[in-house]
Amino acid sequence: MSASAATHDDHHDDHHDDHGPAKGFMRWVYTTNHKDIGTLYMITSLIMFMIGGAMALVIRLELFEPGMQYVDPGFFNQMTTLHALIMVFGAVMPAFAGMANWMIPIMIGAPDMALPRLNNWSFWLLPFGFVMLASTLFMEGGAPAAGWTLYPPLVLQTGDSFPFTIFTIHILGISSIMAAINIITTVLNMRAPGMTMMKLPLFVWTWVITAFLLIAVMPVFAGAVTMLLTDKYFGTSFFNAAGGGDPVLYQHLFWFFGHPEVYILILPSFGIISQIIPTFARKPLFGYSSMVYATASIGLLSFVVWAHHQYTVGMPIAGELYFTYATMLIAVPTGVKVFNWISTMWRGSMTFETPMLFAIAFVMLFTMGGFTGLMMSISPADLQYHDTYFIVAHFHYVLVPGSVFALMAGTYYWLPKWTGYMYDERLGKLHFWLTTISVNVTFFPQHFLGLAGMPRRIPDYAVQFAEFNAWSSVGAFVFGFSQLLFIYIIIKAVRGGQKATDEVWEGASEHGLEWQLPSPPPYHSWITAPFVK
Amino acid sequence: MTNPHTKDNTIARSNRRIIVIIVLVALGMFGLGFAVVPLYNVFCEVTGLSGKIRAEAAIEKPQGVDESREVTMEFVTALNQDTPLNFRVETPKLKIHPGQYYTVRFHAENLTDQVVTARAIPSVAPGTATQFLEKVECFCFSEQRFEPHQHRVLPVRFVIDAALPAEIRDITLSYTFFDISNKQQNSSTR
Repeated sequence: MSASAATHDDHHDDHHDDHGPAKGFMRWVYTTNHKDIGTLYMITSLIMFMIGGAMALVIRLELFEPGMQYVDPGFFNQMTTLHALIMVFGAVMPAFAGMANWMIPIMIGAPDMALPRLNNWSFWLLPFGFVMLASTLFMEGGAPAAGWTLYPPLVLQTGDSFPFTIFTIHILGISSIMAAINIITTVLNMRAPGMTMMKLPLFVWTWVITAFLLIAVMPVFAGAVTMLLTDKYFGTSFFNAAGGGDPVLYQHLFWFFGHPEVYILILPSFGIISQIIPTFARKPLFGYSSMVYATASIGLLSFVVWAHHQYTVGMPIAGELYFTYATMLIAVPTGVKVFNWISTMWRGSMTFETPMLFAIAFVMLFTMGGFTGLMMSISPADLQYHDTYFIVAHFHYVLVPGSVFALMAGTYYWLPKWTGYMYDERLGKLHFWLTTISVNVTFFPQHFLGLAGMPRRIPDYAVQFAEFNAWSSVGAFVFGFSQLLFIYIIIKAVRGGQKATDEVWEGASEHGLEWQLPSPPPYHSWITAPFVK
Repeated sequence: MTNPHTKDNTIARSNRRIIVIIVLVALGMFGLGFAVVPLYNVFCEVTGLSGKIRAEAAIEKPQGVDESREVTMEFVTALNQDTPLNFRVETPKLKIHPGQYYTVRFHAENLTDQVVTARAIPSVAPGTATQFLEKVECFCFSEQRFEPHQHRVLPVRFVIDAALPAEIRDITLSYTFFDISNKQQNSSTR
């Protein structure tokens, strides 16, 4: 992929000086610039990542030893619930949306997102949503404590914070849907001449599919939580057995949203990894079109496997068999992707800068998380794993060394492009090793805890689980404090350092349009669309 | 590209079309979430998947009794949260023949000095047996009113259809009493 249009930045300043960023704080409030909004999203995400992480450390502190030490069980449950809600909706999703805002227009040769004002709105809803969610901690009865899945009837016992939680979900849902509308419209209408759909960088492709998933499932979730709201306050009986409703229906609705949601959290990671590995292997991506089709199949299959989260609610044998086989089928396109990444590295001239280290760790550790997922797709086996630490280990392996590692990889990969300065490679590698070792120390023992029967979401445990829990807590604290280093590295790169070249990484200009712009790119980039051969 | 304004207009129109389609899809999915509620109930009643039983009385009609087959019926009583009743069954376990009518007596007693209105929700396990269980008489068909400290006998008359699949040898019928004294009778969603 190469662009024939010369970069036009040299004379940019003469022509467009009136279009530069406004000054002061209001620049960020009024901005419709995709780069500004991308930055806002990512800063918000980093803040939420630290808050959600602090909550995780409260959980791990309490679980360091058997017995009740630091927090009461109610607060513990609030922490598990908020940790999940904040990490899913506050850290991972906004981070991907931020990267999409920054990179998609640059990658497809567009001057901005298609709907810049909508873009501003979809970001600025988030801070209000999270302030509302955080305020529940100070309410009568505390924050929601029924788990992020908000299952009735338990969730209906939430105190004053209940409607605030529901409205937070509505707001975040509207924000995500608007971001999805923007991304789809941008990719369909704003591509540079010659940039056909099958030439799109994979990060863009995976985001388009993610956006379709968001549009299809966020409204279902919004509907389900609205029913919870009317059940609690308006006397309806959607999920109330006494009035003829069925709590299990909520689980079906939730997981019809929830399973595509977990792919919303991972598909953009696949895209980021598919950008990084070819750059550092100095080879084009192996099997580009199979990657596109695999991502699309994962997206489609995600709609028909939801009940594998509910094997224990009682299902006829035919249902259990169907959901088992359909779930296992997802391993096929996922396997295609893993093998393509490995084939891309095969006989490549690899170098191991920090983004590549995170990408390789992603491939290995995400695959492990995928395999434990396969174990749990087998319904008779899942009855043993259900609601134990095994599932906790599984989804943290796909979300932390999965989504979060991809985000860190993407941050290191594009940070020189965003800031114009190279990050400190030595510190980056230190951050990588601290993070990778501690993430495994944290979550690997949880597999054994789960297989031995330790239930999730319980603040106390039997003494035989003490050692693995102690390891896990130590790992979690090392992991948590290592992320301060990540923030330090980012701030350091923003403030200055070695100037980054336009292509940043050797040979990267062959791997995408973003590397043909200067580092940092001008405030308005690709005003003249490049021509993609 | 010769006339950039035409191109801008085309893009603007195309943008609008995409937005309209996506917003309609999003609204449709929101509506689908609600449409699923009655569909789910119908689906569960037809297939018996959730173990829910039709809350209507069947008409007692003599049918062929399969003397050669014995099925174990188990009866479970439960109270939701703080429902102030004492609720039990006379015969927790009963060996029955498919096709024959049986009556089982449940006992419920109001433990308070106030009137308690309660509703019993039945559930059958395994769910696939649901459609073969017919009840002629059941206290679960309507709300039950208990005067202060009143003790009442609540009979259930039922039959298991002889067409019950051979692999089902045990059926559990459970009733959960929900206290609905404080709630006016709300129209249920079904």
